[in-house]
Amino acid sequence: MKNIICALIIIALYSSCKSGNSTPATLPILGNREPVTKTVNGKPVTDTVYSTIPAFKFVNQYADTITNKSLDGKIYVADFFFTTCPSICPVMHRNMLNVYKEFKADDNFRIISHTIDPKYDTVPVLKKYADKLGISGNTWWLLHGTKEDTYQIAKKYLVSVQEKNPQGEYIHDGYFILVDKQKRLRGTYDGTDPAQVTKLIADIKTLKTEPDQVAAK
Amino acid sequence: MKLAFITGIGLLFIMAVAASCQSDEQIEFKRYYSSGSVLYLAHCQNCHGEKGEGLQALIPPLTDSVFLKQNRSSLACYLKNGLKGKLSIAGREFEGEMPAAADLSPIEVAKVLTYITNSFGNKQGLINLQQVQADLKECK
Repeated sequence: MKNIICALIIIALYSSCKSGNSTPATLPILGNREPVTKTVNGKPVTDTVYSTIPAFKFVNQYADTITNKSLDGKIYVADFFFTTCPSICPVMHRNMLNVYKEFKADDNFRIISHTIDPKYDTVPVLKKYADKLGISGNTWWLLHGTKEDTYQIAKKYLVSVQEKNPQGEYIHDGYFILVDKQKRLRGTYDGTDPAQVTKLIADIKTLKTEPDQVAAK
Repeated sequence: MKLAFITGIGLLFIMAVAASCQSDEQIEFKRYYSSGSVLYLAHCQNCHGEKGEGLQALIPPLTDSVFLKQNRSSLACYLKNGLKGKLSIAGREFEGEMPAAADLSPIEVAKVLTYITNSFGNKQGLINLQQVQADLKECK
């Protein structure tokens, strides 16, 4: 009798360990989704289509044109800021520097920061900001575009940005958005909270191991 | 014997008075310092950082004790009116603009300055309301 109980406990422990290890961690896919039914080989097949970041065209701090194609085969993090932002931007980019340092050796990873004040934040201003922030190379792009384009794409990242309020301040939220190689949204993180940014770094590592991401070029 | 006893009591009394005086000052300092830390969090920390470390070459650190000592009487004006132009801090050049914290009252300026000048490796003691009021009159 005693032996049977022992054996049961061992089996229970073993199976609990096993179930913990056998399901690899994956990140959720965010945004709208819709089922699409296609006919394959004469049979209807239903697939889920996730919302993705549409085609775009901006200019980075080196005056290079950056399009959606520049991010093909790359996992990236997006945020919205402006260089003269006195409130949340410094803390956002202090935290983003940790993401930059962690992944700057990985050519399949990018950070893009859209300026929401294109009138003041011209390409030379963005370059100077990048230099002062201590970032170089092509890991982290600061993107300039028209206000319309920037505000339009912000909606696709589910980020809220607005025109200047009567006090002359821009209202924007400090989210970091994680995007996968298929340009699907995989996570949103409060960029002003160091703990959330630590989670972002862990999630990027998880995302990189997903079969979909390993296979995508 | 009796004389020694009375002298002893007297000395103890003087020491007690001295000690209580000092602790009054300490209490005032602590009051300024702790309210100052709350104000720092609300008005300064986003840019200057939790440890006063600043941000790379964009935002100067608050750890340069020599700068803070040399400019002690100007610090109130820097907060109240903002600061613009070139600065040499901790051996590095900074150029930018610190927005004015115009909504801070003089007592709040005193508290947050007491916090800053006694944190991050700085040790300058109390900057009280009277000093801030005097300094603010001299703003350029």
